[in-house]
Amino acid sequence: MTSARRAPCKNYLTENFTLRSWFFTTDHKRIALLYFASITMFFFIGGGAAAAMRYILLHPDGAPVSAEIYNRLFTTHGIVMVWFFLVPAIPTTFGNFLLPMMIGARDVAFPKLNLLSWYLFILGGSFVLYALFVGGLDTGWTFYAPYSTMYSSGHLIAAVTGIFIAGFSSILTGLNFIITLHRLRAPGMGWYSLPIFCWSLYSTSVILIVATPVLAMTLLLLATEHLIHVGIFDPALGGDPLLFQHLFWFYSHPAVYIMILPGMGVVSEIIPCFSRKELFGYKFLCWASVSIAVIGFLVWGHHMFVAGISMYAGLMFSFLSFAVAVPSAIKVFNWTATLHKGSISFEAPMLYALGFIGLFTIGGLTGLFLATLPVDVHVTQTYFIVAHFHYIMVGGMVTAFFGALHFWWPKITGRMYPEIWARFAAVLMFCGFNLTFFPQFILGYEGMPRRYHVYAEQYQVLNVFSSGGAGVLAVAYLLPLFYLGWSLIWSRRASANPWQATGIEWQAPSPPPKDNFTHPPKVPAKPYAYVTPGADHD
Amino acid sequence: MFDFLPPQAASLSPEIDFLFFGLLIISALVLGLLFTLLLLYCIKYRRGSGASRTGQEEKSWRIEIGWTAATLIAFVALFFWGADLYARLYEAPPDTLDIFVVGKQWIWKVQHPDGQAEIDALHVPVDRDIRLIMASQDVIHSFYVPAFRLKRDVVPGRYESLWFHPIRTGSFQLECSEFCGTDHARMTGEIVVMSQADYANWLATQAHGDSFAGAGEKLFRSLGCGGCHGPGSTVHAPDLAGLYGKTVALADGGFAHADDDFLRDAILLPQKRAPAGYAPVMPSFAGQLDESQILALIVYIKSLDEKPRKTP
Repeated sequence: MTSARRAPCKNYLTENFTLRSWFFTTDHKRIALLYFASITMFFFIGGGAAAAMRYILLHPDGAPVSAEIYNRLFTTHGIVMVWFFLVPAIPTTFGNFLLPMMIGARDVAFPKLNLLSWYLFILGGSFVLYALFVGGLDTGWTFYAPYSTMYSSGHLIAAVTGIFIAGFSSILTGLNFIITLHRLRAPGMGWYSLPIFCWSLYSTSVILIVATPVLAMTLLLLATEHLIHVGIFDPALGGDPLLFQHLFWFYSHPAVYIMILPGMGVVSEIIPCFSRKELFGYKFLCWASVSIAVIGFLVWGHHMFVAGISMYAGLMFSFLSFAVAVPSAIKVFNWTATLHKGSISFEAPMLYALGFIGLFTIGGLTGLFLATLPVDVHVTQTYFIVAHFHYIMVGGMVTAFFGALHFWWPKITGRMYPEIWARFAAVLMFCGFNLTFFPQFILGYEGMPRRYHVYAEQYQVLNVFSSGGAGVLAVAYLLPLFYLGWSLIWSRRASANPWQATGIEWQAPSPPPKDNFTHPPKVPAKPYAYVTPGADHD
Repeated sequence: MFDFLPPQAASLSPEIDFLFFGLLIISALVLGLLFTLLLLYCIKYRRGSGASRTGQEEKSWRIEIGWTAATLIAFVALFFWGADLYARLYEAPPDTLDIFVVGKQWIWKVQHPDGQAEIDALHVPVDRDIRLIMASQDVIHSFYVPAFRLKRDVVPGRYESLWFHPIRTGSFQLECSEFCGTDHARMTGEIVVMSQADYANWLATQAHGDSFAGAGEKLFRSLGCGGCHGPGSTVHAPDLAGLYGKTVALADGGFAHADDDFLRDAILLPQKRAPAGYAPVMPSFAGQLDESQILALIVYIKSLDEKPRKTP
């Protein structure tokens, strides 16, 4: 390896090669990679469960598995994807890696706490994996009581314990980010010089800290009723099933924004870079993130329109749900306006960012259908809702994740990824995604309920389309494993700033040394100071 | 109109579809505009193209306020459109035909007022306002009829109601749409909407014993309720005749509306909302009655107000 000898100085990867130096590291970049390996594993476990479900749904009679196996598959898919991929995905990997670098810091505020959150995440994940390994559970990721507490027969306690513990990991990460952003910004770096990615992570962290304890309490109450039959949610014991739903969605709706806000942050970095243009409406994007985080706490009732809340409660939650869509719309308009009179190139990260705008907008617009009460009454609990939240979660968040992965891959690994393969995977992912989930909107309006493994024959054609799309999607998700793996060894080395981006993280070498910067970073007067070729800049 | 739509079988289904298509058109316009702009910009302003980049928009306040206001106005309009329809969807009109539905893992049990019972099927007459009063024996189920564009969760421990006005005869799918355990996907049934004459015929040919209220009256006697609540009883207990629908003063100083849920609580959890002025001697019947028996008792208690009152 002659090229290795030419590497200028030790970087965070070559600093030390012992296992101990990885598992006891307090370097935010190494912790980010630990998280990266963990959530990749969870992504493929959750994805495997989804693939099995799509295979089963090829036939309306539910062969070749029993109802119980199907029920355990969708529960596995939901729990693993929500808590062990979507919620931690961007904050713990790109957030951990980039947040300190974007503000010119050497690490997060509490490096040891950061390592502790990874261990908590792994401990929680182990409980969940144990629950799945010994047979799983069939409550759905929503754990609706009294089914979960009194009637289901899976490994509820192990799974709930795992999620409970992983929640502390979320809280510690959120705490770390907030304090890092308050205390460790480089001299001269004000709040309005922060990249939108930092604003998004700040908003996300606030939600993590405020909402996650409610989830922890809810799960504790769930376990209490399940183990010692204290009546909390089961009316037969004197409890109230709607109480569970209120508590659960008070966390789980804001959790949607935990998942999507960091994705919006990523897109706000990529679009200006590949348009060579300043981000349009910077301050509006900052405050749109914050308003989404705040209003996001007031809309949980829209999950319960048909659950037995009063008409007036329904009307109020409907109105607030429309309100939360306003800042999201503002974001989409601003990204689009950024493209105007830019100088746009279409490397893989940009393809993902453009895909994000399209898919997220479809997800958001179908959210309006669900906020409209009479339409919600018809399509909630059907495949329409499945399609809607996958457009936000997968079309939005996962697309942004892959965008971030390609955008910062040179910084993280010091290698360029193969552009042709990456573009191919991006396009394939977009097509596979739409083929999988668009038919589900129609299935939903036709009235096919979710969580059905046997269904009326009239729904089969669309289900076959959807399963076919899932096959394409699976290939698209596996491709990066190969070409990115290949790039680690054989691809050409990346310069410090291959995209000529303006973020401070690009002033560090690729990959960065242990303390991130070799020189004190220069803080630009304003973020996104891109110069469009041919524009009349003052 | 469109092949993929389930039939429009209830009075409000066409309006719900209309609202849906309204949303669809608005979304298509927004998406069309967005995708056109994205495509246009991506082509026109691709790197190396000759398009002029001079005069980039700098001050953004006016534009930002513009599109925020436009979005907000559109959303408020959609909200009111939906809210108006929802209010009609939610509140049942007076004089409905009341039918009782009990969900349990994994069947739907239906009781007609005249005593006919059916499983996983519901026969109703066309062109009548029908109200379902629904209870669950175990976990949460959800009563979903795509052709009516209606669903309502059936939650244990309380009554949920759902009303509709069928406008065409035929057989329509009934599905449980809230995950309720192993055979959730098989908790389906059919709604049979019949002409008024066929329905009368169907009712007559079904085997039935007592009317539902009659079954309730038998239970009322066998459980010994009359010992306290009956006329001439020496125990001081509330008079049940005419109670349904009244406002009741509670022992804790509050008031309650004597509806289905109130009566249910009075039977199962008598101390929860104990009426003012009576000693708390009512025993709980929790665990002794299943959901259809409780419903039968309530229907009987409701029927009491139709009887002529004795003048003192």
